[in-house]
Amino acid sequence: MVPEVRRAYLEELKELGGMVEEMGDLAIEAISLAIQGLVELDEEKVKKVEDIDARIYAYDRAIEKKGLNLIALQAPVAKDLRFIGTCLKIITDLDRIGRYSMDIGKVTQRLSGKTHMKKLVSIPYMAQLTMEMVDMAVDSFVEGDEAKLEPIYEREEKVDALYDEIFREVLTYMIEDPKYISMGTQYVLVIRYLERMADHACNIVERVVYMETGEMVEHDI
Amino acid sequence: MINKVLELLKEEKACQRISLPPGIKAKTSGFSLWYGSTKALKDINIEIKENKVTAIIGPSGCGKSTLLRCFNRMNDTIVSVRTEGNIWLDGYDIYDDVTDCVDIRRKVGMVFQKPNPFPFSIANNIYYGCQVNDMDVEKDEVVERCLKQAALWEEVKDRLSENALSLSGGQQQRLCIARALAIEPEVILMDEPCSALDPIATAKIEDLIHELKKDYTVVIVTHNMQQAARVSDYTAYMYLGELIEFGKTKQIFEKPREENTEKYITGRFG
Repeated sequence: MVPEVRRAYLEELKELGGMVEEMGDLAIEAISLAIQGLVELDEEKVKKVEDIDARIYAYDRAIEKKGLNLIALQAPVAKDLRFIGTCLKIITDLDRIGRYSMDIGKVTQRLSGKTHMKKLVSIPYMAQLTMEMVDMAVDSFVEGDEAKLEPIYEREEKVDALYDEIFREVLTYMIEDPKYISMGTQYVLVIRYLERMADHACNIVERVVYMETGEMVEHDI
Repeated sequence: MINKVLELLKEEKACQRISLPPGIKAKTSGFSLWYGSTKALKDINIEIKENKVTAIIGPSGCGKSTLLRCFNRMNDTIVSVRTEGNIWLDGYDIYDDVTDCVDIRRKVGMVFQKPNPFPFSIANNIYYGCQVNDMDVEKDEVVERCLKQAALWEEVKDRLSENALSLSGGQQQRLCIARALAIEPEVILMDEPCSALDPIATAKIEDLIHELKKDYTVVIVTHNMQQAARVSDYTAYMYLGELIEFGKTKQIFEKPREENTEKYITGRFG
């Protein structure tokens, strides 16, 4: 029989996991709104991203506090300790994803009143892949499924390839006509943010591998 | 003449030994113990590393104290106890018929859950073991050495003739450790040495255990898993008389191999 005090502790662990999941869902919503805002050059959506980012930050602080309290008061070990450690690590990744969404919002604000130099196709596609990766990472945490590591690496390769492709495309526009330089550099910033978000999604799944197996994923820096 | 032959045979038998791997101070091989018809230890195989701290953890009644007490044959005094298998100390079988229990207990000291100083002076508590064992040592030297090793010297050096029962609980427990050290053992067994102590006294004993492992092999039974994690190099987890898992403490507390261990150390049962 599980002693009463541990029952409350297990409940708290469950709550902590639930908070991380909610934070992850917000991060995905932030990317989606940020890209919609960019495509439509819609500053209202940027405001929504700002709100979501503030909520993501609040989750970051609350989860950190709860995780540290659990460590201090319950002295977790083994899988419980790995679980809490993973929560404390991946909220930084999720928080960064929220910040990059905000940064995309700032690009939208800088492009306000202008029209895109061409219809945006590749950037929304890259954003779609990135969102799928973050979604996959959050699912992997919620389900404790370390098997998502290889699929997420495969998607990351696609995102990296898209980054190179879009970068070259934007560069050709800027070379052809210097008036595109200002807008082109903003697009380059956006794809850089998306590429970083994809990296953070990989970090999350790597931490899930540790959480589930106790093995640290080593990769080239 | 017959006595001489028997003595020679005894010496011959006592000399029989196995070679333990380097760094192994003691080892049990298929060791089982019964209290009457109840099997309290079931086929235990464990290696105790030299100059390391080994913690034995597990729920109440799992056999951890019973196992600890086997390392210096403290269970011999219980009439209904029967054992099978071997416990090797430095390659000698301590359960061999010819093995002298007193010799074993001189080599393997013990500290109990509750401090149990003799109602003598502090100095005499320490010197008592030397007297009983006819050890050729200077009283003042052995008292100072042991009290220093037990991190108690500074607190009691000016009151060595006072009754040991006047010391606080934590000091009494360190005195008991000092007393165990006086007969120059090689292994120290500790059966929940901090369970009756406050956190400060506990911290002092834990620091002391770290110091002691430089010169001694320590085996500690504890109910406090954080203590096991803090003080030990190796941890053995027992359940219902069986050794479920044994490994480096870091591995046991970070990534136990057995589900049963994981459930116990995370408080899912116990």
